[in-house]
Amino acid sequence: MDMKVSKKKLGLKEKYQHMTRGLGWETTYQSMDDVFPMVKYEGIKIHDWDKWEDPFRLTMDAYWKYQAEKERKLYAIIDAYAQNNGHLSVTDARYINAVKLFLNGISPLEYMAHRGFAMTGRQFPGVGPRVACLMQSLDEIRHAQTQIHSLSNYNKYYNGFHEYRHMLERVWYLSVPRSFFDDAVTAGPFEFMVAIGFSFEYVLTNLLFVPFVSGAAYNGDMGTMTFGFSAQSDEARHMTLGLEVIKFILEQDPDNLPIVQQWIDKWTWRGYRVLTLVGMMMDYMLPKRIMSWKEAWEVYFEENGGALFKDLARYGIRPPKWLDQIEQDKDHISHQAWATFYNYAAACNFHTWIPTDDEMDWLSQKYPNSFDKYYRPRLEHWREEAKKGNRFYNKTLPMLCQTCQIPMIFTEPGDPTQICYREVDYKDNKYHFCSDGCKEIFEHEPEKYVQAWLPVHQIYQGNCFNEGVDPTAEGFDPLAAVLDYYHLNFGRDNLDFEGSEDQKNFDEWRGMATKNV
Amino acid sequence: MGVAAIQEYQFQSADRLENFHGNQLLYIGWDQHLMFCAPFCLPLPPNMRFGDVIEKVLPGVFGYHPDFAKIDWSKAEWLKSSQPWQVDFDKTLAELGLKHKDVLRFRTPGLTGIKGSAS
Repeated sequence: MDMKVSKKKLGLKEKYQHMTRGLGWETTYQSMDDVFPMVKYEGIKIHDWDKWEDPFRLTMDAYWKYQAEKERKLYAIIDAYAQNNGHLSVTDARYINAVKLFLNGISPLEYMAHRGFAMTGRQFPGVGPRVACLMQSLDEIRHAQTQIHSLSNYNKYYNGFHEYRHMLERVWYLSVPRSFFDDAVTAGPFEFMVAIGFSFEYVLTNLLFVPFVSGAAYNGDMGTMTFGFSAQSDEARHMTLGLEVIKFILEQDPDNLPIVQQWIDKWTWRGYRVLTLVGMMMDYMLPKRIMSWKEAWEVYFEENGGALFKDLARYGIRPPKWLDQIEQDKDHISHQAWATFYNYAAACNFHTWIPTDDEMDWLSQKYPNSFDKYYRPRLEHWREEAKKGNRFYNKTLPMLCQTCQIPMIFTEPGDPTQICYREVDYKDNKYHFCSDGCKEIFEHEPEKYVQAWLPVHQIYQGNCFNEGVDPTAEGFDPLAAVLDYYHLNFGRDNLDFEGSEDQKNFDEWRGMATKNV
Repeated sequence: MGVAAIQEYQFQSADRLENFHGNQLLYIGWDQHLMFCAPFCLPLPPNMRFGDVIEKVLPGVFGYHPDFAKIDWSKAEWLKSSQPWQVDFDKTLAELGLKHKDVLRFRTPGLTGIKGSAS
């Protein structure tokens, strides 16, 4: 019996069409405005959601198949790395602090990105972007999980990994990446897409991933390198989505341009401030350096970003604001950040140290205009004092920027000897900022940022002690009480690398692996 | 401009004065001494004498710096919100008009940090 097949199998494009866009409909029992309540209030006007170009036509079956294969490879490598004591093959134990910074500061953001894209996808009436957001949301939770799995191996042997989840909402410096993402997920769906999808994923993501992944490769950390490569193939899709979002919004209505431009200005600046941590990692925490922060900025932002913004000029978009300041800052911020963590090493869940002479020479060479003049004398003084048993531990809490929440460590554009102070009076209070960028972001939405949970102020309000602790009791030690609240073990997780348990254990274990003791 | 929002969006400052148990916040930075990575935030009672801030509080804050012992306080120059400001050691913070979250900077002529690097 012959059956005539009238049509061959569906092509990928048609299949995608039927399995995604074909499943959406206009609601009639409830108005579309009630079903999608967030889509208009930001002022963005969309006239035709069908104009959305799907950057990557994925259906769930294709997604699972492809990702499962990647994940199998990843876990095979991670297992091999763990079983062969791969942690002992890293350049030296100082490197592991870069991994701590990643797990504590970055992985939770992957999880927040997962939530953010899920919420955003829910709010878009257009099926195309909704599906793209769903896929990215899944990517982000996979990234969070693969990172946690990969890095859990280090938690068996080294300090500072044990409570990243608890610490995210408490430890002072983690309020910087955390507040960045909280700001994004509490914005509307379009701002979130421009903030994370475009400004972060497209403009800045190479500055985050490439340094950590190359840093891991250079320093013998196969585990981190592997999840980095695995994530990187998703990043390409995220970048495409980010760019598509911008173009789609701008093509829909000319009134969208000023709103989008303000978001690009804001989120490039906010992202750049968070990347200070990455700059410091590159210049100070990798025993085997890849490139300096300044070089990375020049390649990945000035060159690549420059080309991108040239491309976007035809939509009326200009490059983000404050680039002139960033240009001057690139000689300084990594040094200023490392000095900050050196100052507050007692309240931190990773170790800091003074660079070796070789490393200082590398820094002089990479930063001929700034390192020897402003930063080397400080580091050498601290080294001398540490030798005398007087290692500097700053015990007084710093003034923070209301917007980025980083201590006020940044200097005036053009004057690296002068801290940059900016302030605004709003209603009955004064607010302080590290820069014109952070000040202007506040002024645009003061009601949002007056609520900021600034760790220093929260400590002084008495909100950072465990229940039952009495700050008025005799002999009360506020630092110890705050570290308890952080779940940070004094003498193990914090203080200088020199003399740390990590240093001691690593030397001993590596000795056992390479010598006959 | 306030904030783009789907309904009324008004919040009190998380850092308003009454949250600090009778203290007010005073920020103090020492210009040209960036070994202290940022200015400091201090919770102080408004009836504290300014001289006591200098004599009792600042040594614990800035004392690690070798320049600190060399400061001639009679020659120190003060700025409030980056504008020149007249200090009086015998007055209290309240009498000097210092409000919650005011920021002071001081300059110590002749002292330029570790090896003149403003550190």
